[in-house]
Amino acid sequence: MNKKSNLILIILGVTLFSLIPNCKKGASTATLASDAASRVYVAPGEKDEVYAFLSGGFSGQMSVYGIPSARLFKIIPVFSVFPENGYGFDEETKDMLKTTHGYVPWDDSHHVEASMTDGKQDGRWMFLNANNTPRLARIDLKSFETKEILEIPNTAGNHASPFATENTEYLMAATRFSVPVPQASVAIDSFSKGGFKGTVTMVKVDKNTGRLSIELQVLVPGFNYDLSHCGKKKSHDWCFFSSYNSEQAHKMLEVGASKKDKDFILAFNWVRAKECKDQGKAYNFGGDYVNNFHDENKPAVSTRLSGVKMLNPKDCPGMMYYMPTPKSPHGTDVDSTGEYIVGGGKLASVIPVHSFSKMIEVKDKKEHHSTEIEGIPVLKYESTLAGEVQKPCLGPLHTEFDGQGYAYTSCFVSSEVVKWKLGTWEVVQHLPAYYSVGHLSIVGGSSTEPYGKYLIAMNKITKDRYLPVGMELPQSAQLYDISSGKAELLSDFPTVGEPHYSQMIPAKLLMDKTAKLYPLEENKHPYATKSENEAKIVRLGSTIHIYMTAIRSHFKPDIIEAKTGETLYFHVTNLEQDYDIPHGFAIGGAPNMTNLLIMPGETRTFKWVAPKPGIYPFYCTDFCSALHQEMQQYIRVSP
Amino acid sequence: MKTLLFQTLSKRNRLLILGVGLILVSVFLIPIWSISISAPQYPEGLGMQIWINKITGATPYDLKNINLLNHYIGMQEIISESIPELLFMPYVLGYLIFGAFITELYPKVGMAILGIINLIIVGLVGLSDFWRWEYNYGHNLNPDAPIIIEGMAYQPPLLGCKVMLNITACSYPSYGGVILGLSLVTLVYILWDENRRKKSNVH
Repeated sequence: MNKKSNLILIILGVTLFSLIPNCKKGASTATLASDAASRVYVAPGEKDEVYAFLSGGFSGQMSVYGIPSARLFKIIPVFSVFPENGYGFDEETKDMLKTTHGYVPWDDSHHVEASMTDGKQDGRWMFLNANNTPRLARIDLKSFETKEILEIPNTAGNHASPFATENTEYLMAATRFSVPVPQASVAIDSFSKGGFKGTVTMVKVDKNTGRLSIELQVLVPGFNYDLSHCGKKKSHDWCFFSSYNSEQAHKMLEVGASKKDKDFILAFNWVRAKECKDQGKAYNFGGDYVNNFHDENKPAVSTRLSGVKMLNPKDCPGMMYYMPTPKSPHGTDVDSTGEYIVGGGKLASVIPVHSFSKMIEVKDKKEHHSTEIEGIPVLKYESTLAGEVQKPCLGPLHTEFDGQGYAYTSCFVSSEVVKWKLGTWEVVQHLPAYYSVGHLSIVGGSSTEPYGKYLIAMNKITKDRYLPVGMELPQSAQLYDISSGKAELLSDFPTVGEPHYSQMIPAKLLMDKTAKLYPLEENKHPYATKSENEAKIVRLGSTIHIYMTAIRSHFKPDIIEAKTGETLYFHVTNLEQDYDIPHGFAIGGAPNMTNLLIMPGETRTFKWVAPKPGIYPFYCTDFCSALHQEMQQYIRVSP
Repeated sequence: MKTLLFQTLSKRNRLLILGVGLILVSVFLIPIWSISISAPQYPEGLGMQIWINKITGATPYDLKNINLLNHYIGMQEIISESIPELLFMPYVLGYLIFGAFITELYPKVGMAILGIINLIIVGLVGLSDFWRWEYNYGHNLNPDAPIIIEGMAYQPPLLGCKVMLNITACSYPSYGGVILGLSLVTLVYILWDENRRKKSNVH
């Protein structure tokens, strides 16, 4: 959501505010922990309790913070090039950013999902979506590196993604912007006549390797599918997608898409969908897409694929149902027991909660259907409703759960998080947020076993919270302690990009699993040089391959001769087998290439076309030892 | 004295010597000595282990990293192949084990005394050789080394800890060394026990 639409929502919020005069009283019940500083203080040499993985929004990256200290540990490049380590530039990783649209070195990353086993975080992978050019990435939590990117065809705006099923069998990806499927140049007003479609994509995750593949796409009515969460335990077979613009307005959506009192949460039985596919009910459909895979210490392999299996809802009865949900629902969140599906109607004055059991009970009874849209039955609102949280706040968006029977909903317009009780639907606490909170996240809060100690709220605006730094202020997250009966604000901290969602994982689940180096003997890179004796220069016509090694504190070979116009590939292997000793590699004035940061035991390639005659230095950029400054040499370029 | 030398070992002491022979076999499989170093940039430490026939790092990468540190001060690279002692040490150990088994066939106190002498010689020669080896590595430095500090040598301690530049090096017997020591103690105990038995027989 950009800031202009924020402004519009604020204006709408003010309107709503006048309609719900009692709503805001709760903010005064927020508490600030008096000993907050000591509770977020992690003494030098001690470690944080939790890893927080925050999406980078328009930075296209993912960042790793320690909680409760809120210190930034790492930025993991995913969909954006990263000059710090050459991601997206070097011969190994540049193919990671290939798409059918060509090389797209940026994206808009919204949602982080953790891999799960039996509904619990298993610390194997993180997944991230690319909204702009529909893609989905897998980040390995051993190396904290992006290992795979899969493009999603027949979709536009991959927003409701990448939400995982209970055992990470599948990741869901659904259309934010409905478009003609297949793509075609049509009159834009044909959107209102049903000419635009959405798709829900089931991306299969190989349970051993994590490799991604498209299992199936389902062609759904042309609404805007916004967010998703999958069921757990009894609702294991189901995923839930919020949608807005069921009006199918195609211009001035702020008005056109806000007319109806209710839009929908789409309940999708993915087990049933797979069944229908296996019964041959899906048909072959077009759609080109790219899968980029970066195996351990090898160049990434980009594969162009074509065609998917497509399924129409009317050909697979029992697969999809619409649950009316007020009003323009944004978040759709399933509680830890799998029973409650909470809709965040961003323009609604209540928080509606659907009951999974009720839905199952009524879904195939005609008297509980109000109508049907393109083969998808629409259930009656009251038929699936478990309850409504009355007048909770303004602009409820997302909900997370603490495993103690409480839900926490972020409210964008009134800038707060409301804590309420599942079952009684009573608001028990208002927590102010500074300001305009979008997503929120509890440690394990979307799993079946929340580690309900910390909650962070991810805010869009930070006026007055930090020193001004020009016209744009940093986005921020706020940390609350929710372990006791009354949640307390502990700290706020600026973030990289605009984080939309995060997953937080207890440190003890991850910290000992991290890889410390790439073992040289396992290095399968085709241009690896595993000892200094093997370092060499190989000329093939006007191409020069330099098999180079780097170790404290020298490169070998260290004198390079080339002629103007020749292409040089520096295949640099870091011979170190020591933790935290990468070497850098950069050449003075090299165009189109940035620094390489080569991990111990890793091989990466710097491509350079010899420019006009002269002497060009190259050097190690990561301060590696006492003689780091001596880790430098020259390339001579002759006419 | 002569009577003691040819006194037949008690059944229990024969079993003890057999035990010494058997437990010495394990010395082929475990390190004898270990040198550990720690420095600010190595908070978890680095370790080097000396076995009867080889030198290894405490982890697969430690020896490489110790050599990497050492090259700054011009120390030779430590590799098993450059240490000839490691070639014949297994035979010395084999000789000791062989001696223990021979004693079962010829169970005389004199054999135990021979074992004690052998172990002491092996220990003294081993330790002095180890010291010489450490001395050479610590003093025989490359004059072209990047870091040369006048008067500084890098000989690790024979036993105990020593601070060299920013590195603390500690040297202690490892399991194999402890077993060798226990073997010696056992043999001395057998000798003491047989001597006591002889005296009680006289009375």
